[in-house]
Amino acid sequence: MLPPYDTRDTLARLEKDLARTRAKSVICLGDSFDDSIAARGISEQEFTWITRLQAGRHWVWIEGNHDPGPLAIGGTHMSELPLPPIQFRHIAQAGSAAEISGHYHPKARVKTKAGEISRPCFLIDSDRVIMPAYGSYTGGLSCEDPVLVNLMRPEALAVLTGDVAQPIPMPGRRKSLHD
Amino acid sequence: MTALSPELPKQISNWFTDQGWSLHPHQRDMLARSGAPAQLLIAPTGAGKTMAGFLPTLAELADGGHNGLHTLYISPLKALAADIKRNLETPVAGMGLPIRIEDRTGDTPNSRKRRQRADPPHILLTTPESLALLMSYEDAPRIFQGLQRVVVDEIHALAESKRGDQLMLALSRLSALCPDLRRVGLSATVDDPAAIARYLAPTGCAVLHADAGPAPDITMLHTDEAPPWSGSGAAYAIPAVLEHVKQHKTTLIFHNTRAQAEVFFHNLWLANDDALPIGIHHGSLDRAQREKVEAAMVAGQLRAVVCTGSLDLGIDWGNVDLVIQIGAPKNVKRLVQRIGRANHRYNAPSKAILVPANRFEVIECLAALEAVQDGDLDGDPRPTGPRDVLCQHILLCACSGPFEADALYAEVTQAGPYADLTRADFDACLTFCATGGYALRAYDKWQRLQQRPDGQWQLRDPRSAALIRQNVGTIQDTDTLKVKMRGRHGAPLGEIEEGFAASLTPGDTFLIGGQIVRYEALREMVVQVSRDKGRRPKVATFMGTKFATSTQLSQRILHLLNQPDWPALPAHTADWLHLQRQMSELPRPSTLLIESFPHDGLAHTCIYGFAGRNAQQTLGLLATRRMEEMGLAPLGFVATDQATLIWGLEELRDPAPLFDLTTLEDGLEGWLSSNALMKRTFRSVATIAGLIQRNIQGQRKSGRQATFSSDILYDTLHRYDPDHLLLQITREEALSGLIDFARLRDLVARVQGRISHRHLDRITPLAAPLLLEVGKVRIDGEGRERLLREETAKLMQDAGLAEI
Repeated sequence: MLPPYDTRDTLARLEKDLARTRAKSVICLGDSFDDSIAARGISEQEFTWITRLQAGRHWVWIEGNHDPGPLAIGGTHMSELPLPPIQFRHIAQAGSAAEISGHYHPKARVKTKAGEISRPCFLIDSDRVIMPAYGSYTGGLSCEDPVLVNLMRPEALAVLTGDVAQPIPMPGRRKSLHD
Repeated sequence: MTALSPELPKQISNWFTDQGWSLHPHQRDMLARSGAPAQLLIAPTGAGKTMAGFLPTLAELADGGHNGLHTLYISPLKALAADIKRNLETPVAGMGLPIRIEDRTGDTPNSRKRRQRADPPHILLTTPESLALLMSYEDAPRIFQGLQRVVVDEIHALAESKRGDQLMLALSRLSALCPDLRRVGLSATVDDPAAIARYLAPTGCAVLHADAGPAPDITMLHTDEAPPWSGSGAAYAIPAVLEHVKQHKTTLIFHNTRAQAEVFFHNLWLANDDALPIGIHHGSLDRAQREKVEAAMVAGQLRAVVCTGSLDLGIDWGNVDLVIQIGAPKNVKRLVQRIGRANHRYNAPSKAILVPANRFEVIECLAALEAVQDGDLDGDPRPTGPRDVLCQHILLCACSGPFEADALYAEVTQAGPYADLTRADFDACLTFCATGGYALRAYDKWQRLQQRPDGQWQLRDPRSAALIRQNVGTIQDTDTLKVKMRGRHGAPLGEIEEGFAASLTPGDTFLIGGQIVRYEALREMVVQVSRDKGRRPKVATFMGTKFATSTQLSQRILHLLNQPDWPALPAHTADWLHLQRQMSELPRPSTLLIESFPHDGLAHTCIYGFAGRNAQQTLGLLATRRMEEMGLAPLGFVATDQATLIWGLEELRDPAPLFDLTTLEDGLEGWLSSNALMKRTFRSVATIAGLIQRNIQGQRKSGRQATFSSDILYDTLHRYDPDHLLLQITREEALSGLIDFARLRDLVARVQGRISHRHLDRITPLAAPLLLEVGKVRIDGEGRERLLREETAKLMQDAGLAEI
């Protein structure tokens, strides 16, 4: 039951970010459309909006596990994007190097006096970057989850999103640094 | 036996004699005064109010000489109209009177409705909405020809809502059609009978008081175990409540919210080892389910019913001999009306037990108990009739035919709630109906009225009448989704709020109709669930509105707190107050007590405003906004009916800036404009005023669709036409309703800067329970950013990464 504002809100933010960074390429790391939107069909208005954002840019849709196959929407549709030396894909693969992926949408929790604060975060080590979700109301996976702990090196950092990006040692991997 | 009334025809008095019945004094008085143009009867529940209202009609119709409609009976509930019809038909048949009685509500088949228009019965039982609809037909003058009396039942309940305002406007039309029409109002006990009389007939209305009967036998539940410090479940009282249920024939167990009723019923059922037949009844349950409980109740098959306000109104429930109120009653008038539900035998005292759900409610229950004994009822003066209802009335008038603005204005001011309406306000409503208002004048769909060359107003497109009629009424149900058991023929269970449904993920369990169900899926706007074997629901249940403690009751509590000692309170509660007096002080009526203390490493401030939950919540929002500006880094707050507790990183040294009225009002403006509550209020105002329609040609828009278009309209008007009539109405309503800024303003005026600010080194006894309250509001501001920066820096430092 995602409210319809979700899509609009995400697109509005994307438009602002594109204008600010003047990005020449946009690579979407998969699961760009969730089931519910796919089911009711993306609205005419949103479709036009995306097309407008794509104008004058290189735009790649990487296929995700939730995406219902290629949508009838502009841009290049690929299962993975090798851009040596970097490899873009939806789900991180153990053993690869210089990889940028989405899918897991890691979140990190920090304990404070006023209780825990949880933020979407980037997970970064010398092999890979796992990106947080861009969507407005997307859930996420705790970076203490074994799947993420096993993927990342002991010295990995979690970079918390917010007004100011704030790095911390990746929770869950923290202790092993002194092992 | 005394002689019956001289006014009564033979058939009727014979019937009474045969039954061995006599008339109550007020029933005889109502007969004697049946010629009065307006008459209000105030009588407690069970005093034969309805018979008192109908006897003159039966007497006048006994000779069979009247043709067409004679008496119109209006009730706030469809079910009540049907109930009264049954209760009237038996004596009318027994008396052998030539009287045709029919009801007309949203449930009446269309064929019968059409026949009723062509050939009206003598007595028509209906609701305000059905009456408004009937008045909007071109043939209304013919339908109501010869009408003599209109009886408004439960007028005290109608007078508290827009439904009553709409009804009074309809009555002003009726009086114009039938100049001899006599009005009768039937009311439960109220704080200000004169106000209800003015509401019914502003030009003069006599008031008749029935004997109030013996004082109720009302007590507070005493249990060995003290109530908990916070919460509203009253689970501690379950064994004691069950014991009382066993000792009585039928017990009504009232709750303030549906959620509390569900949770209590669930717990009661788990402890019900004797398997006593106990049912649950509230407005969110499926109608079939509710009717089953009502039928079982009338048949005397139930020992107890756990219920909410849905049982507040006058249907006769048989042998109720005990009323239990769970949780502080919040409002003395409602408590008295609820207590009246016990013991329908007139002249026998009603028996009621108050069950405080937490320690503070012990005090509130005692204050309410004393108020009932003193007959000190609470009530807020009714504001002038709302203008959105007037807009709908104007549109409905246009449906029935062309009208003159002067004549309609004169007619409208004959309605009690609109007696003080200015011509300018009326004209603004008329303009809105005609054009949609300045910002919307370019849109064809809102150009609905036009002025003819002769100056009369009429519908621009006669076909729009159908749409206007489909959207008649002022009841705004919150947007709910139906809940059904999974499977092709899954049983309907009831409804939950759309917002609550949105928060569920498959596998979540919740309570509805006393059973635990598991959320499976949402299909075609129906929530599908399956049975769950667990004993504890994961999600308590839907929210429901919470009443705020009334101003009068809050004042009584403050005075009670200022007694030197509290012999009437149980020791556990009195000791707690003594400890507070020792450590700090108790709140006083004319001084605002504020306590500041450190707790758990954070600065805490507790503001004892006693302004009611809604106003205390608004105070929390506005005060933390101001504190954020002052650099105090607030992190969150929680509000109850008595106090607001705020916590943050910096201590509050000077509270005065928080209570500057100008600053508060500025903060309110900024906060309001982006507030979801304003948008919700706007949606209801715009629907009533006819700007947006919920029903279009039989298709009901889902709440979300309606929200979406109303939100766009709100934003548009807010930007381009901030003084638009509907925005004015929205602002007025939001401020007096859930935001309740009026009470906050009263608080500031009451204390006039007299603030007692105590700095303490630890949490105080009175503030401590607030820490346990649910519904904490989190502030995402500088405070949280600062804490996060400190913690992340420390983590990097500890990991030896800070210098890299």
